Amino acid sequence: MRYLIALLIVASLPIQAQFDATSADFEKQTISIALAQEPPQLNGMKATDQVSIFMLSHVMEGLVRYDRRGNVVPGVAERWEIDDTGATFWLREEAIWSDGEPVTAHDFVFAWQNTLAPQTASEYAFILYPIKNGEKVNVGELDPSKLGVRALDDKTLKLEFERPTGYFIKLTAFSSYFPVRKDFFESKGDQYAADVDDLLFNGPFVLTEWVHSASLRMTKNERYWNKDKITLNEINANYITADTRARLNLFIDGQIVQTRLDGETYKDALTQRFRIRSFSTGSVFFLEYNHREDRPTRSLNLRRAIQHVFDADEFVNSVLGTPGNRAGRSLFPVWLRGVDSKFRQEYPAPEIDLDLQKARDYLEKAKQELGVEKIPPLVLLVGDSPTAGKQAVYMQGLLKVKLDIDLKVDIQTFKQRLAKMTAGEFDIVGAGWGPDFDDVMTFGDLFASWNLNNRGRYNNPKYDDQVRIAMSSSDPKTRMDAMGRLQQILFDDAVILPQYEQGVIYLMNPKLRGVVRRVVGPDPDYTYARVIK
Amino acid sequence: MLMYTAKRLLAGLITVWFIATATFIAMHQVPGDPLMNDKAVSAEIRKNLERKYGLDKSTTEQYFIFMGNMLQGDFGISFTQQNRKVNDIIRDHFPVSATLGILAIFFAAAGGILWGALTAIYRNRLPDIIIMFLVILGISVPSFVFAALGQLLLVNINSLVGKSIIPVAGWGTISHMIMPSLVLGLGTMALLTRLMRSSMLEVVNEDYIRTARAKGLSPVRIFFRHQLRNAILPVITVLGPQIAAITTGGFVVELVFAIPGLGRYFVQAVQQLDYTVIMGTTVFYGAFLVLMVIIVDILYGFVDPRVRLK
Amino acid sequence: MNSETYLPSARDFEPTVSESHVEQISRPSLSYWQDAWLRLKKNTRAIISLYIIIGLAFFTLLGPVLWQIDPALQDLNQISQSPSLPKKAILIGPYQRWSGVILDDFPAEPEEYLDTIPAPDNIRIHDVATTQRVRLVWGPVEGAGGYNIYRNQRMPEGINDLGLPLGSTLGGNEVSYEDRLNLEQRQYFYSLVPTDGFDESDSYSTLEVTPQLAITLDKAKNRGLISEDSNDLGGKISLEFHPMGTDYLGRDMLARLMEGARVSLFIGIVAPFLYVLFGIVYGGFAGYFGGKADAMLMRFADFVVALPFLLFMILFKIAFGIGPGESGILPMLLALVLLGWPATARLVRGQVLQIREEGFIEAARLLGAKNHYLIIRHIIPNTMGVILVTLTFAVPAAIFTEAFLSFIGMGVAPPTPSWGSMCNEGVKTMLSHPHELIFPATFISITVLAFNLLGDGLTEALDSRMRSKE
Repeated sequence: MRYLIALLIVASLPIQAQFDATSADFEKQTISIALAQEPPQLNGMKATDQVSIFMLSHVMEGLVRYDRRGNVVPGVAERWEIDDTGATFWLREEAIWSDGEPVTAHDFVFAWQNTLAPQTASEYAFILYPIKNGEKVNVGELDPSKLGVRALDDKTLKLEFERPTGYFIKLTAFSSYFPVRKDFFESKGDQYAADVDDLLFNGPFVLTEWVHSASLRMTKNERYWNKDKITLNEINANYITADTRARLNLFIDGQIVQTRLDGETYKDALTQRFRIRSFSTGSVFFLEYNHREDRPTRSLNLRRAIQHVFDADEFVNSVLGTPGNRAGRSLFPVWLRGVDSKFRQEYPAPEIDLDLQKARDYLEKAKQELGVEKIPPLVLLVGDSPTAGKQAVYMQGLLKVKLDIDLKVDIQTFKQRLAKMTAGEFDIVGAGWGPDFDDVMTFGDLFASWNLNNRGRYNNPKYDDQVRIAMSSSDPKTRMDAMGRLQQILFDDAVILPQYEQGVIYLMNPKLRGVVRRVVGPDPDYTYARVIK
Repeated sequence: MLMYTAKRLLAGLITVWFIATATFIAMHQVPGDPLMNDKAVSAEIRKNLERKYGLDKSTTEQYFIFMGNMLQGDFGISFTQQNRKVNDIIRDHFPVSATLGILAIFFAAAGGILWGALTAIYRNRLPDIIIMFLVILGISVPSFVFAALGQLLLVNINSLVGKSIIPVAGWGTISHMIMPSLVLGLGTMALLTRLMRSSMLEVVNEDYIRTARAKGLSPVRIFFRHQLRNAILPVITVLGPQIAAITTGGFVVELVFAIPGLGRYFVQAVQQLDYTVIMGTTVFYGAFLVLMVIIVDILYGFVDPRVRLK
Repeated sequence: MNSETYLPSARDFEPTVSESHVEQISRPSLSYWQDAWLRLKKNTRAIISLYIIIGLAFFTLLGPVLWQIDPALQDLNQISQSPSLPKKAILIGPYQRWSGVILDDFPAEPEEYLDTIPAPDNIRIHDVATTQRVRLVWGPVEGAGGYNIYRNQRMPEGINDLGLPLGSTLGGNEVSYEDRLNLEQRQYFYSLVPTDGFDESDSYSTLEVTPQLAITLDKAKNRGLISEDSNDLGGKISLEFHPMGTDYLGRDMLARLMEGARVSLFIGIVAPFLYVLFGIVYGGFAGYFGGKADAMLMRFADFVVALPFLLFMILFKIAFGIGPGESGILPMLLALVLLGWPATARLVRGQVLQIREEGFIEAARLLGAKNHYLIIRHIIPNTMGVILVTLTFAVPAAIFTEAFLSFIGMGVAPPTPSWGSMCNEGVKTMLSHPHELIFPATFISITVLAFNLLGDGLTEALDSRMRSKE
C-alpha cells in the first residue's frame, strides 16, 4: 500500500515533457503509432472503416495516388486517358507484388468484378458504380464478367463508364479500387487477409507482423517501384486504443508520434507546451429531421423555428469547445472544389438570421399546421459517445428555453442507433457524413429520394432533379449550378440543421516531417514521412 | 469422491447451457443487428450478408445451429473482425486477461496478508491506523479513479527519471503488467487486509495460542507457526471467488491501459452487437467460472479434513 | 439480643404475606433489537456512519428544496468553473456579427514567395475584449498569403509553444480575427504567424489580452439576474453563485450532485432492497419446505449465480434498452435485481434451515403454533440480523456497479446525472478541472465507506457469539 502514498505525491507533481522520445528513431528511420482499433478488414474489396483503409493505403497501391497537396499522381498506372465514355490505363512494368510476380491489368479486373459480385456483399460496392454495368452486376442482374472493364494485355486496362464521370480518376486511388491477384485470393479462400501471410502487397510498405488486437508492423517494401522516395523503414503500430487520455499519456511518454486531442485533453497538452496542430477532417455533422408523415418534424414551420434559434457559432465555440471546428452553414463543407475555386466561394451558403420572434411565429404556425396546443416532445436520437451526449443535452436546453419544446434524448449504442435510424424511430437524429471521394456529389446525392442513407426519408422531386442534372453531365458549370440550387433547397426546406464541419487538433512528434493529413483517402499518410535529427 | 466430481461436472455442464441460453435470449432482445453499418446497403447486399452469416434463418433455428456448433467447440466467425474465428480471439486474448488477473491476485494476496498481519500486530497504533486508512481508501474509491491516477503516476515517474522506464500503456513485457495488475488487485488487497486483520485478532484469543504461550514458546514462533497459519485459512477461502471476479472484472483496467484482454473485447463486441463474439466470450467465461468453483471446492476437501465431499 | 425471654404475641400467628418479588430481574428486559441497538451505539464508527447516511438522505431529499437551482440549467458563461465566490460580469448587448477587416489595397495572394515572412506588427484589440468575443486587428505583412492565429494561457516560450491553433485567415489581406472559443476571464496570449498560403513562417508576434467577464442583457433577464425593464448596458452584476463550481456545460455542480445522489442512492438502496426482498421470499420458501422444492429452487439459484456478473450486467442493460427521454435507471435496477437475488436467497435459506432445527421452534410447534405463525413470529425475525447486514453491504456494491457501468458508458442516460457518470466525465478533465472528479468521487467514497462501517457495526452488534462473550 505504500505505493499509494507515493502515487498521491507523485501524481500531484507538475509533469515535465520529455523529448528523448523513442517514438521516432532517426538512425533506424522507424516510428511508432497507436491505432484506434484493430483493423477489422484488410480485404480491400470489403474494407469500409478508417483504420483498415489507413493500413491498406500504406501496404497497397491503386492505379493512382495522392501527393502532399492532394493532387493525383501516377501509382501503378504510368499514364492514362479519360474521356466521357471511358478510360484507358497503362500500367508500369516495375509494379510487382511482394512475392515477385508483376501487377497486371487482370488483377484490377478481378478485384473490381469481385467487389461488385453480389456474394462478396461489399458495402462500398457503390463506389464502383461509375463503371459500366457496375450497379447491375452488384444487384445480381448481370454476371460479373459483364462489367465494363477488361485487360487488353497484361499492362493495359480499358474500361467504359456507365455515365460521364469527371472525377473518376480520383476514385481509383481509393482502397476499393486496389488490385487483388486471382490465384492468390483463391488459394486463401476464407482466410484471405486474415493474417500477414494471407495477403499480398504492392504498396510502399509490407505488413510483416500482426499480433491481433495488440500490434501491427509495416516494413518498407524493397520491391516497391518507387522505394527510393520512401524514407521510413518501419511503422510500428504498438498500441491499439481509442482512449484519448491513454493516447496523450503515451505521447507524453514518447511512445507514439501522433495523437488526437479532444476538449478534455487539450488543456493538458497546453501545459506540456506541445505544439498543437489542427486540420479539418472534411466531415460535416448535422441534425437530420424525420420527414415521414407521422412525425411532427414533417412540418416545415417547426423545422424553420428550430433553424432560427440554433446558433452554430455558439455551438461550435461553447459546446464543442475545441478549435478547428467550423460552424455549419451548409451540407457542403468549405473544402469542396467548385468550377474554378472552392464551391462555397462560388456558391455561398445562405445566411441564417437568428431571430427569436420569427422563430416563435414559425412555431405558432407549426402548431396550427399540426393541430396541437403544444408541440409534442420530440425524440432526439444520438450515438453513445461523450460528445454526442453533450451536444444532445445542449440542444435539449436550447429548445426548452427558446421555444418551450421538450426534447427527449435517446442515446443508443452504435448498432441500436442504426436500427432506429433505419426504422425511422426518431424525430431528429444526430448524423454526420464524411466524403468517400473528392467531389461535391459525395454529399450532394445524400438526400435524394432513392438514397438509402437518407434515413429521414426526405422526398422532394425538385431536389432529385438537381441531383440528376449533376449526375448526367460532365460540364463542371452545369453540375455546380445544380449543386448550388440544391444547397438553396436544403436551406429553404430546412431539410437538415447543419451543426459543424469537423476539425481536429492533434500533436505530432516534431522530429517527424512530411506526414500528410487528408480529407479523402488515408489519414494520416506516413508514406513520405521522414524522421529528422 | 469420483462420484462427487462427476456429479458436479454434470451440473456444471447444465449451468453452461443455461448461461448460453440466457445470453442468446438477451442478445437477440437488443434492437438492431451486427450487419448494420454507417453506410446503408441495398436490399440485395443485405440479403447476401444475411445468408453469409446465417441470419436469414429464424431465431430458433439460429439457436439450435449455435448450440450444435458450440458442442463441437466452435463459436463461429466474428462479425466485426471479419476474418477471425471467435475461438482464435479467445485463444489470443484470454491468456492476457488471465495473466493480468493472476498477477493481480498475487499482489492482492501477498499485500493483504502482509498488511493484515502488520495491522494486527500494531493494533490501534500508528501503523495500524495508517494502513487501515489506506484500506478504507482502497475499498471506497472506484477502480477507474485508481486506474486513471495510476497511469498518470507512470507518466510522472517516467518524466522524473527522464526516460520511459515503465510503459504507461500497452502489453507485452513484465514492466507493462506492473501498474495494471496493481490497480486491478487494489480493491481485493484492501478486502483481504481487513479480513486478515480480524482473523488474526480472533486467533490471538484462541486457546491453543494461550497454550503455546504458556508452554513458553518464543513470540516469533507463535506468530509464524500458530497465529499466521491459522489466520490465513479464511483468507484463502475467499480467494477462490475473488480470482474469478478479478479475471472477469478487468474491463476498466484493460480499457484504461489499452491491454488487449478479453474483457475489453467483450465491451466492444456488445457495442458492435457482434453476436458470435458475445456468445463466445460469455459462454467461455461462464464455463471458466463454473470450473474454477468446482476445482476450489474439491481442493478444499483436500486442504480441510473437516469438509467431507458428498 | 438481651436476656429477656421472648413472649409470643398474637401477631406471630398471622400468615405471612406472599412475596412476589423473589426472582427479580436486576436490569430491564431487552429485546434482541434493543440490545443490538445498545451495542451499536457504543460503536463510534458505526454511529458516525449512521449520521453520515442520515446526512446524505437529507442532502438528497431536502437539498433541492434549499438549493433551488435547476441541475439541467446550462450557464455557458461559466463553463467548468472551480468552486468560487459569485463573479461580477458586465452587461453587454447581443452578439453582433463582425465582418472583420479586409484590405482592398493589399493582395490576398502574395506576389512572390519570400523565404522569410516577418511577423505582423501593431496587433491590437478592436472594441472591448469580453468573454463574448475578442476581436484582433493587425497590420498586413509583405509576402503573407494568410495568418494563423494561436492562443495560449501563458507567455509563449517559442514557436512551438504558441498554444491552441484557433484558426487562420484566408488571404494576406484579411488582417482580423474574431475569437469566441470558450473564453474565460483570464490572461490570454494571442500569437500571429504569417503563412504564404500553405507553409508557416517561423516568426510570430504576441499580444496579451484579458477579456472581461460579460453576459448579454437578454440572458441576464432570462435568468432573473436583473429586472425585466433594466437596460443598464455596461453595468456590473453578480452572476449565479456556484459553491461547488460548474461542469463542462456550466451546470451547477452542487445541484447536480444532489440530483446525482438521488439516482445513485436510489439504485444503491432500492436495488439491494428489492433483491433482498425477493431473496427472502425465495430462500425462505426453499429453506422452510425443504426436500424436492428446496433442491429445485436452489439449483435454479445456482444457475443464476454462475452467470458472470459484469458481463450479464452489461448484456441485460443493453437488452432492456433505454427509450427516448428515459433515464435508464429502471433497466439498471432490473438488471441488478435479476442478477443479485440468488446470493441473498442462499443465505436466507441457510439461516432458515438452521433455525428450523432450533429448540424454540420445536417448542413452539409442540405448543400448537401454525406454519405461518412460526414463519412470521420466529423464523423471519431471527434471520433479520443476517439480512440487515447483507443489505448494508449490498448497498456499496450496487453503487459501485452503477459507477462502473456509467464509466464504460453504459450507465444512466444523460442528462440524468449519477455520481458514477459524473466521475466518468470528471476523469477526462482530471488535470485541468479536478473539482469535476473530486466531488462525485468523494461522495461515492463517503457513501460506500459509511455503509461498510455501518455494516461492520451491525455485524458485531447482532452477532450472538459476541453477545455471549460479554
